[in-house]
Order: sequence, then C-alpha cells, then structure tokens
Amino acid sequence: MIISSGFHFMLIVIATLSLPFLAKKPIDLPPLVSVELIQITDKTNIPFAPKAKKIIEKIKKEEEKLVSEQAPPKKVKKEKPDAIPLPKDKNEKIKKIEEKKQNPEKIDNEVKQVSEFEKKEIFDPNNIAALIDKSKEQLAETNVVDDKITQSQDQNMDISGLTLSEEDALKAQIFGCWSIPLGLPYNENLLVRIKLKLKPDGSVVKTEILDHARMNKPGQGFYKVLAESALRAIQLCQPLRVPTTGYERWKDLQLNFDAREMLEG
Amino acid sequence: MNFKNILITIIFFIIPSKSFALIEVDITRGNLNPLPIAISSLASDNSSKTQLTKLLKIDDVGLEISKVIENNFRQSGLFNPLDKDSFLQKPDIAHLKPRFEDWSLIKAQALITGKVTYTEEKLRVEFRLWDVLAAKEMMALAFTTVPKNWRRVGHIISDKVYERLTGEKGYFDTRIIYVSEKGPKTQRIKKLAIMDQDGYNTKYLTLGNELVLTPRFNPTNQMVTYLSYFRNLPRVYLLDIETGIQEVVGDFPGMTFAPRFSPNGKKIIMSFAMDGNSDIYTMDLENRIVERITNHPSIDTSPSYSPDGKFITFNSDRSGYQQIYIMKSDGSNVKRISFGKGLYGTPVWSPRGDLIAFTKLHKGKFYIGVMRTDGKGERLLTENYYQEAPSWSPNGRVLIFYRETKTDSKGEGFSAKLWSIDLTGYNERLVETETDASDPSWSSLLSN
Repeated sequence: MIISSGFHFMLIVIATLSLPFLAKKPIDLPPLVSVELIQITDKTNIPFAPKAKKIIEKIKKEEEKLVSEQAPPKKVKKEKPDAIPLPKDKNEKIKKIEEKKQNPEKIDNEVKQVSEFEKKEIFDPNNIAALIDKSKEQLAETNVVDDKITQSQDQNMDISGLTLSEEDALKAQIFGCWSIPLGLPYNENLLVRIKLKLKPDGSVVKTEILDHARMNKPGQGFYKVLAESALRAIQLCQPLRVPTTGYERWKDLQLNFDAREMLEG
Repeated sequence: MNFKNILITIIFFIIPSKSFALIEVDITRGNLNPLPIAISSLASDNSSKTQLTKLLKIDDVGLEISKVIENNFRQSGLFNPLDKDSFLQKPDIAHLKPRFEDWSLIKAQALITGKVTYTEEKLRVEFRLWDVLAAKEMMALAFTTVPKNWRRVGHIISDKVYERLTGEKGYFDTRIIYVSEKGPKTQRIKKLAIMDQDGYNTKYLTLGNELVLTPRFNPTNQMVTYLSYFRNLPRVYLLDIETGIQEVVGDFPGMTFAPRFSPNGKKIIMSFAMDGNSDIYTMDLENRIVERITNHPSIDTSPSYSPDGKFITFNSDRSGYQQIYIMKSDGSNVKRISFGKGLYGTPVWSPRGDLIAFTKLHKGKFYIGVMRTDGKGERLLTENYYQEAPSWSPNGRVLIFYRETKTDSKGEGFSAKLWSIDLTGYNERLVETETDASDPSWSSLLSN
C-alpha cells in the first residue's frame, strides 16, 4: 500500500514537472538571413508584459539602469501640449487614468530634485510594464495578474532554446567565420556536429566533435576537412555572440555545420 | 527506515531538479572568401644554398618554390596568400616551431613552412602545413628529386596542401597541351605546344609544317591524340610525348576529326566523315578494331566519354539545330539534353562525372557553360565575342578554353589566348603563353 502510494506520488510529481518539457515541440524556424543584427536583437528583446516582473527585478538591482529607465515619464509629459483639446468629460477620464498610472508632472519634479538613491523610491514596478507598452493600458493590470508565475511556466521559460534574435546573431557571426571547403562532394553526408562548452563571455572552453570516429575513417577524408574548417570557424569567431543572460541555458551548445546547401549552389 | 531512505534516493535520482535541453544551432551557410594562407619561404642552410645557386642560377630556390606555391594558390581563387613582408617569424625558426600568435596576428589561418637541402646531388624539400587557429601541424612531407625539378616540387606541395584544405585533389602538377599560333590569320603557323599549367616550361612538339588542331591528352599516360593533315586529308594522329613518335590512327577512306581518349586510355573516340555525313566511331588502340557508334544521316561530332566509360556525350544537328546528346557507350538510348535557346557544341564530360561543359552560341555571342548530365541546371560561366573548346582540370573544378579578341580599339587585328574559369564563374584568369594559343587540353595529375 505504502509502496503503491509512493510510486503514485512519484509519478504525479514526475508528470507535473517533466511532461510539459516532453510535450513541447521544438520550434521549427525557417533559416533567416539577417542583415541588421543589432536591430533584430533589439526588437525581439523588447520586454512584454508577462516578462515584466523579471525585468523589473533586474532594474531594481541596477541603480544606473534605473536612471535611464526613468526617462520615459518625461516623454509622457511632452505629450500633454500636443494633445488635442477634448470635451471636458473625456479630459477628466484621461486625468483619472493618468492618476492611476502615475502623475508625470510629479515624477518629473522629483527626478529633477532628488538624488539617484531617492529616485529608487519613486520607482513603481507595476507601472513600468505600462510604460514599456503604452499602447495598451490594460497590460499594466494584466501584469499584476501575471506576477504570479507558476512553477511550470517558469521552467518552460528557462529551458526553451535561444530566442530568434539570439540564434540569428550567433548564426550570422559563424557564417562570417566559416570558410567552406569548396572541394567537398555535395552528395555526401556533410553534417558535422560539434558540442561546445562556453564561458559566460562566450569564449570556448572545450569543443567536441560528436562523430569523431568518422575523422579517421578511410574514404572519409572530406569529413575531416569539413570538421577542421568548422573548428577553425569556432576558433576564429570566439568569443561567440551569446545572450548576456541565462548562462545555465546555453553554457553547453551544439553547433551543426551542414555545407550541403552551399555546395549544391 | 531503510525503505524510506531508498524511496528518497529513488525520488532524488528520478525527479529532474532543473534540467536544460542542449541547445542546437544549425549552421547552413558560410563564406566563400579565399582562405588566408601564409607561405613562408623555404629555409636552406648556407652550403645547400650556395651549391643550388651555382647549379640552378637561382639566388634562393627555397624562396622560388614558395613563390610557385603562392602563385598556384592565388590563381585557384580559393586561397589568399598573404604578403611575405608582413611575416614576423623567420622561415627557419617557423619551420621548427611556429609562433602561432604571430601568424594569427596577420590573419593567417594556415601556414606552410619548409626546408631545402642539397645532398648527394639530390634536392630534398620538406614542408609542413600548420593550422594556425588550432595551433597544430596538419601535414608534413618530404620529396627528393633532381634539382632541375624544383618547380614540380612546388606544384606537388601545392596539390598536397590543396587536397588537405579543400577535400578534393589538386590540379597544379599538370600540363596543358595547346596549339601555338603565330602570324596573320590567313597564314597562321600552328604548332603543338606543351607547358606546365602555370605557363612555364613551354616546349614545341611539332615544327609547324602541317596544320594541327584539337590535341587531347590520354588520361592515363603521356600520349596525345590530335588532328593533322595527311595527304591533304584531316586525320587523327597519336603522339608519344616522351619518345616523340607519332602515327596516324587507322586508315579511313574519308576524314577523321575531333578525337578524344576513353577514360582508361585504351580507345580513341572520334568523328569520321564521308559523303557529307559524319558519325562517331571508336578504335581500340591495342587490336585496332574500329566500331561504329552512331548511324544517323545528321552530323554527329565532338564525342566525349563519361569518366566511368559507360556513356558518351556528343553534339548533333539531328533535331535541325546543333544540340547536345548523351547515349550509352554502345550507341543505344540516344537522348537530347540541351533545350535552351541557341546552338550547343563541344560537350565535355567532367572528370567528376556530374557536369558537362559546353560552348553555346546565342545571338552572336559565345558562352562557356556547364549543365548537369540530364541537361538541367544550365549555368553560363563566361560570355564573349568568340570563345570555345572547354577542357576540364583533372579535379573537375576549373575549365580552360580559348578566346579570340580584336587587338586594337578599332576592332581590327586578331589575338587568341587561353583563359581559365572555375565553376563559380567568378575566377576568370588569363593563362600566360609565349605565343597566341588555342585548343587547350588539360592533362591528368603527373604525380599520380
């Protein structure tokens, strides 16, 4: 009886924690040609409401960043003179909304007068989300609800792969470093898988060719040539353009070098 | 109690505390920039240097060999040999143990070092290929030969390094046979000439008394077949380059032309024309048996075997216009493969077997192009006023052909030169020859 209930308990725990990973399908993204890498990264990294809590916490820790993040209220103030005069009742509504959010004038004055340390006190985490995405007032409210991130959601966020822009930046960096040996036969299996161990700054600690046995097989000289070219590319590119956060997520990385597309022309 | 402990242990091992799936990133594109390579001068001791200088009339044979390699790599378009003035390490020390930081500082990804010695009237050349980024040796070989062969040593080193870095065989230790031309167009003196693929060591094989055309190398040895005139009739000849002995191939009642060897070098395939009709024939060089391959009232010519000898490509006007066809080597299953606009001729099967090179005439312009063996994927590599007769390098990467141009701005005068172009279509280069030149044919690797 105890054994049975023990195993049942175990199964429930495993299912709760592990199955969401299993059910999660890998994102099948078409290969992208990135030209303006930095812009793409910035766009994708614009925080959205559900992630606001994380960002807010980060901001809290960094005093200097706080100063720059305080800037948006000034812009809100600028909007005031540009605003088209509305009927009285509508204006009142807006005022009410603004009071709910923050009073831009009040903030502005405080920013001018107080020290950076004091600025920290006027920071309202709940309103940051609204400032990030001003187009939707409701998001600030949604954000409050979303503050309660469940454990399973949190894990999903942690184990998911690189974001589109992160992956794109890394790919583009390696594209530039990888000189493809043009003499390789394009009708052969030309996939070289290399596992990397990375430092937080993106420099490579260790490389491991996963199909190492093919390197010295007779008749597989082209594989050795390809693998060496891939290793050269990694050496040439390091430190790799990895995300600034989430080191645990990408400290082990696998790069799959596939030359077929290029060689087939 | 024990059971409790076991249960806790099982739970501890089975439940993943916080696992991260390994992130995989697919790298499907790279760059096609030439690989930066540093070719250090080959070091030599004072005694060897003095003796070799006296013997070869060259100041520093080690430096000259490195220049041969450098030139080969630059011409290939796949490598970017770095300027020797930027090298920080001396050749002799670099050959013992390169300071990889110094070489990586000048952006070299590969490094060639070497040493030349002269002992017992032999030239000994050793070289090492280094991976600068991985800081390791990739290859080390030594060659011994007679001193006058120093250029060939440079070509052989080039081939070895090329193969190690690109994955395909090189094409530097090869020769090119061509028709050397001199004089005005109406009174052209044409001689058979042979040279190294980089344009050095030119030798003339015929005197220029008779017109010579379309020389072709035997892929397995130093025999050449070509077209010349015998009793005022064009005939296919065989010439042994080493002995200088030549002979007429077969005793045909009409004219024979457009000869080419089979891949094993044991047969010659050619066109035989009589009474206005031209068909393709083969002749076995051992027993001299002649076999008719095509039998059609149209003009079938320019035959070329596939590298496995199972198929033949040729051009024919059986459809009304000159087009490219393929068939089995016994003449069965004839199939047209060119369907683009214009006329197609001189098809040549790539030594790799995957492509057929051709000359195309369309709207008054000549193109050198390639297509797959089923006729798909046609790519025109170069366009000009008049150019034809492509011939493959032994690794199937580069084509050599000849181009006629006007020599002055008024569009008068006339010049024929050899040109090479690689499969990318970007690396087009003039091949230097002593005289005007046409009808080039590339030999197989000499050091095979």
